[in-house]
Order: sequence, then structure tokens, then C-alpha cells
Amino acid sequence: MAHAATSHDTHHGDPTGWKRWVMSTNHKDIGTMYLIFAIIAGLVGGFLSIAMRLELQEPGLQYFTNPQTYNVFVTGHGLIMVFFVVMPAVIGGFGNWFVPLMIGAPDMAFPRMNNISFWLLPAAFALLFISLFVEGAPGSNGFGGGWTVYPPLATMGHPGPALDFGILSLHLAGASSILGAINFITTILNMRAPGMTMHKMPLFAWALLVTAFLLLLSLPVLAGAITMLLTDRNFGTAFFDPANGGDPILYQHLFWFFGHPEVYIMILPGFGIVSHIISTFSKKPIFGYLGMAYAMVAIGAVGFIVWAHHMYTAGLALNTQRYFMFATMVIAVPTGVKIFSWIATMWGGSIRFTAAMQWAIGFIFLFTVGGVTGVVLANAGIDRNLHNTYYVVAHFHYVLSLGAVFSIFAGFYYWFPKMSGRIIPESIGILHFWVAFIGANVLFFPMHFTGLSGMPRHYVDYPDAFAGWNRISSYGSYIFAAGLLIFFYGILRAYLSPVRAADNPWGEGATTLEWTLSSPPPHHQFDTLPRFSGSGH
Amino acid sequence: MTRRNFGATLAVLMSACFAGAAFAGTGQPSPWQMNMQTPVTEMAEFLGTLHNSVNIVIGLISAFVLLLLVIVVVRFNEKANPVPSKTTHHTGLEIAWTLIPALILVAIAIPSFRLLTMQIQLPKADITVKAVAHQWYWSYEYPEDQGGGFVYDSYMLPREDAEKANQPPLLAVDNELVLPAGKTIVVQVVGGDVIHNFAIPSFGVRMDAVPGRLNQTWFKTDKEGMYYGQCSRLCGANHAYMPIAVRIVSAEKYAEWLTEAKKKFAALDAKPVALAANE
Repeated sequence: MAHAATSHDTHHGDPTGWKRWVMSTNHKDIGTMYLIFAIIAGLVGGFLSIAMRLELQEPGLQYFTNPQTYNVFVTGHGLIMVFFVVMPAVIGGFGNWFVPLMIGAPDMAFPRMNNISFWLLPAAFALLFISLFVEGAPGSNGFGGGWTVYPPLATMGHPGPALDFGILSLHLAGASSILGAINFITTILNMRAPGMTMHKMPLFAWALLVTAFLLLLSLPVLAGAITMLLTDRNFGTAFFDPANGGDPILYQHLFWFFGHPEVYIMILPGFGIVSHIISTFSKKPIFGYLGMAYAMVAIGAVGFIVWAHHMYTAGLALNTQRYFMFATMVIAVPTGVKIFSWIATMWGGSIRFTAAMQWAIGFIFLFTVGGVTGVVLANAGIDRNLHNTYYVVAHFHYVLSLGAVFSIFAGFYYWFPKMSGRIIPESIGILHFWVAFIGANVLFFPMHFTGLSGMPRHYVDYPDAFAGWNRISSYGSYIFAAGLLIFFYGILRAYLSPVRAADNPWGEGATTLEWTLSSPPPHHQFDTLPRFSGSGH
Repeated sequence: MTRRNFGATLAVLMSACFAGAAFAGTGQPSPWQMNMQTPVTEMAEFLGTLHNSVNIVIGLISAFVLLLLVIVVVRFNEKANPVPSKTTHHTGLEIAWTLIPALILVAIAIPSFRLLTMQIQLPKADITVKAVAHQWYWSYEYPEDQGGGFVYDSYMLPREDAEKANQPPLLAVDNELVLPAGKTIVVQVVGGDVIHNFAIPSFGVRMDAVPGRLNQTWFKTDKEGMYYGQCSRLCGANHAYMPIAVRIVSAEKYAEWLTEAKKKFAALDAKPVALAANE
């Protein structure tokens, strides 16, 4: 099918040392840097959440003598996990690594732009980090207004420069993502191997294509909204200031026009990853390939016209709420198509329960649980009692922490042998899965109960009645954190062991092009373009 | 009417499912509670019933997916099924799993639209009060033409004071919002500085308090008692410490309270109340 290319780069030698990384134009090296960056940022974001769970383990103030510091932690956790963990991991990391390999391309379309996409991120992260240590609200450091950055709390509520750093950080992260999106769209549309039509393209590439369009269309709106916020804060404009003719609700519309597609940006690549893992280890082609591809297109498209379901309590008119409720419920249909198609792929298969496969099956069930609570929340009338409660926290952590993050770990265990040429013992990956699965459910499932009984989000302290379930949640977070130690131990074992991965360690089910190359692939692959004749899915 | 009775039965069944240590307190959460607070308005009751019904539907869907996954794991593992099938399409199945979820959604949407309409379309008010949110307390304004003409602030009680008053800490306040049972109450909700949120779970009421915007919500309950809620929009350092407490009393007691409150609060602050204007 494809010619496994060997490296015979004669006109310029492979760069080595710091130049290989800092000045990299190689999609695999850049992908690796994205993954390492996401892991480091994940540790920071995870530390913030453990600190929050420690505080919430008992009612009263234990660790955060200044409640505002807790708000800063909540905000930091949200922004870091969204912009510096999940997005870099699935798009910059796995996307960079595997989109070119899967479509038979030698590299990304714009290798130098790929480099700047990555290097903008550490700069953005540095700005966000600095913002934690400069004044925000009067008398305390950092911005504590939530990742949504709603004015007027983000204007008059935080006069210090912390949020200005935060806004500039988001500008850089946004620019990084927009450049990345342009790169992916160009690569996928123009650089597929001969014979690979759009309808033969692997689903992960489809997922990244849809994701890239979402990024390209939504991030400029965020950039505009936060720029307006920046000028409101510093240059006397009043876009969001009602005292001078502005409107805080305008900001919410602009933010969520970005914010809702953003949640699909985080999960669509995961859909792609899981599709490949399910197909590989069932030893069957994906069921209903076209339906799967176009379900992602539909989710992406409809994802743009449902944003105000985040604003049911803002005081929107009846007909507005009716429309957004209807449109939101529509999204459940293509999502259901994906869930059932994954199960149909496994049906009749000959399943091998590797670590990656167990993570993927865990993903399907937990994403289903998170998805159906989304149907509950879509009902504006029911949301009246759930908006901004822990029910919402449970819902979006089921789809993101147990959805997107599980897909990241699934992808990591699936592709680690290809990326590193080394092997994490299966038993370690499986143990990590079960610890994480139990931990995450103990952590997040009780939040449905506290939310239903009325506990609001963003609370450093709560009435005594909520103490029981909060204690359980905190225990869950420690279990999940312990799982991470197993994860790192697995990586350590892989690098200490002399065992090396075969080109295709997963057998007949692994049919995409990356498995035709060596593990790890040569610095430059496909010097002769592979001619693609298979069905590809 | 029969439909509502059916709903009520369903709600009872649901709460039975969630039994154990979990029981819902009135007007406030209870330890280990697993479902919504006891509804005391028609709106909250409808909301709770609809939620419980949808909850059954999503429970069944999740169980169905789990069942399929278990079947797949048992029947189609390497040992049980060494030779994988090559099936990749089944048009009937694909149409079914597109259409059936769509029909389920329509079935949910019909009562859900009714609930939404009930919440948003305000009935004619017997009493209108205004709740203005500040960092970090509430101000309640009673208009002059309804026997009021005063404003007062409502702060959370410190833990010791709440316990002394035999009220739940972090929910109890010094001056509650006092209103009569059996009357349609419209609450105008406004933000005085940043956005806050006026929420009372047992009423099924939740409305953002946005600066420069007059939001309105309503409720009507026949049950006297104390009903607590908490600010539900991140509003700064003491976001967790600005609860809402509503005391529902009989019409007579309300009249008495009005006279007293007028003396107590009007003396404090003589500024006229302009209902529709914002701070």
C-alpha cells in the first residue's frame, strides 16, 4: 500500500541538539513538544484542582484564607485545562503527529508557521502565569472571574493588571491556534496522498479538519470580545458598561459564540482518536464511515448556533430561549449516531482489550453519561434549577475530563509505541485506566447530587448539608491523581526497558498509514508519496 | 389534571428510587440529598416532575449503552469470536438510531416548552418587589403603592449567629425577604455593581442580576416557611457569602410585618423608591 520511506536526507542534515527543537519545522518534533507542554501544563492545572478539592473537602475555610484566591484557582484551572492542556494535546500534539502521517504527507503545509504556532504557547502560558502574581481584584493577586471573564466583574471588579496579562495570554494562545488551524486545513485539503479522496480519509483527519474550521471561525470572535474588554479596561471605551450605553450581555453573546464551538474543538479530535482505536482493536473497519464523518461536520455546524444555552438565566426573551433550546437538543442526534456507530464497529469484532482499547471503551460510556446530562441541561425550563450549579460542573467534566482527557490517554497509549519506538507495559496502562475510571467517577458523579440539591459553582465554602458528597468528591480527586503517578511510572518503564516497538504493534486491525512506517518514523517520511488504494477506514 | 397526577406519582417513584439517606428538605438542602429540593410552587413542581421524567429517559439510555457495551465485551472478544465480521453498513440500523433519538427529543421538548413558557411569561402581579444585588449583599425594595416605600439590606449571618438562631449557616440572613403566601409575586432583579444571580431552588426561580438591565421573575406559593437560595453567578471574593432567604407568611402577618418594617427601615433611608429605574 505505502512505501515505508527511509531517511535519506542529503541536502540538509537532520538538525540536532537545541536547534532540532527550538527551530524545528518537523511536524513530529513539534507534536512531541506540544505533548510535553500539555503534560507540564496539565500538572499545573491538576495541582490547582487538587488544591480546590482539598479546600472543599470540609465546609468552612481550610486553606484559602482569602476566598478570592480560590476564585483565582478556579479561573486558572479552567483556562489552563482548556487552552494549555486539552487543545495542545489533541490538536497540536496528536494532530501534528498523525494528520500528516495518516494522509501520507511528508509534513505539514507550512512547517515554519507550525513552529511559531507552538512557540507562541509557552509565551501565552508565561503571561497567564505572571497574571497569577500581579494585582487583580483590590488587595489580592490574580484574576478570579472565571474562564468566561464576564464583565463587569472583569472590568470594574478587577482594576489591577492581572486580567490584562490574562487577555494578552489568550490573544497569543488564540493566534497560535488560528495559525495551527490554517495549517491543518491547508494540509488536509491539499496534501493527501494520491488516491486518498476526502471520503477515504481517516476519521482522525476528518476530526481535525472540522476542528480547524471551528477554530478559524470562532477564535477571531473571542479575540474581538476580549479586545473590547481590554479597551473598556484601559482606554475608556464602554462596550460592556451599561452606565455609558454598553451592555454586559453583549459580551456573553460574543464569548459563547466562541465558547460553545470551543467545547467541540476539545472533543472532536477525541472522537477521531477513539474511532481509530475501536476499529483497530475490533479488527474491523469503522461502521458507517460516512455517517461518522458527516456527524462530526453536523456537530461542528450546529455547534455554532446553540451558544445562548449558556445564558438561559441572563433574561433572554421567551422566543430566544425556545430557539436555543430546540437547536441544542438537535446536537444530541449526531452525537447519538457516533456512540451507536462505535458500538456497531465493535459488534461482530474480535476485540483485544489493550490499555488503549479499555480507555476508549471507558470514553464511550462516560461520554454517554456526560452527553445525556447535556440533554437535561438543554431544557431551558429544567436548567432554571441547574444553571451554575454543580450539576453543570458534573456535566462538563464528564464530557471533558472523562471524555476529552480519556481520549487523550487512549491516544497516548495507542500511539506511544509509534511516537517513541518504545513500549509501555500493557498492565500499567490498564491499571492506570481502572484507577482513573474509579477516581473520576467518585470525583464527578456526586456532583450531580450536590448540583440537583442546589449547590452553586465557584463556591469556596458551602452550607453544611453539602458536606457529605463534597468529601466523597475530594477522595475521588486523590484517586485520579494517584492514577497519574502510574502513568508516569509507565513512561519511565518504557524508557528504561530495552524492548522496542515493532512498526505495527497492533496487528491486522491497524490499517492507517502511520503503521506502515518504522517506530518511531524517520525524521522525514514519504519521500516517495504513498499511492493509496485501500478503503482507508 | 390527570397528567399532573401521573407526574406526581412518577416523582414519588423517583424519590423512592433515590431513597436511603437521601430525603429532600423544604427550602434548603439536606445532608446526602440526591435530587432537587422539595418544590413549593407549581412551577418548581412542574420543573421537578419534568426533570425526574427526563432523568428516567436518560437513565434508560445510559443503561442501554452500558448493556450493549457489556454484550460486546462478552460476545465479541478475541477468545469468543476469533474471526471478525466485515460488516460496515446497515442502512436500516443507521436510520433507526437517527430517528428514534429524534423522536425521544421531541417527546421531551413538548412539555419542556410549556414549562419554559410558564417561567418566562409573567402573570399579573399581586405584589412586586425589587432585589438589587451588591458585592456582597442583597437590597430589597418594597414599592410605596403596595404599602411599602422602604429599602433594606440583607446580609448573611455569621456562623455563630445563624446557629444561635437555629438557622442553617451560610444560608441564614439578618433581614429576610418577607412575602405573603397565596399571592403572585413578581421580583425585579437588578445588579448594582457586577452580575449576581437571584436563585431559590424550591421555587424553581433563577435570574441573573445584571447591571443596567431589569430582569423579572415570578413565583406563587401557598406554603408558609423559610426558603433559602444562594447567589449563582461568580461575583468576586464573597460570592459564597451572599445568600437569599425568603420568609413566606400569612397575609395577616405580612400586613403586620409591612407596618413594622416601614417604621424600622423607612427611618433608616428616606430615599424614594423608583421601581423601574436602575441603580
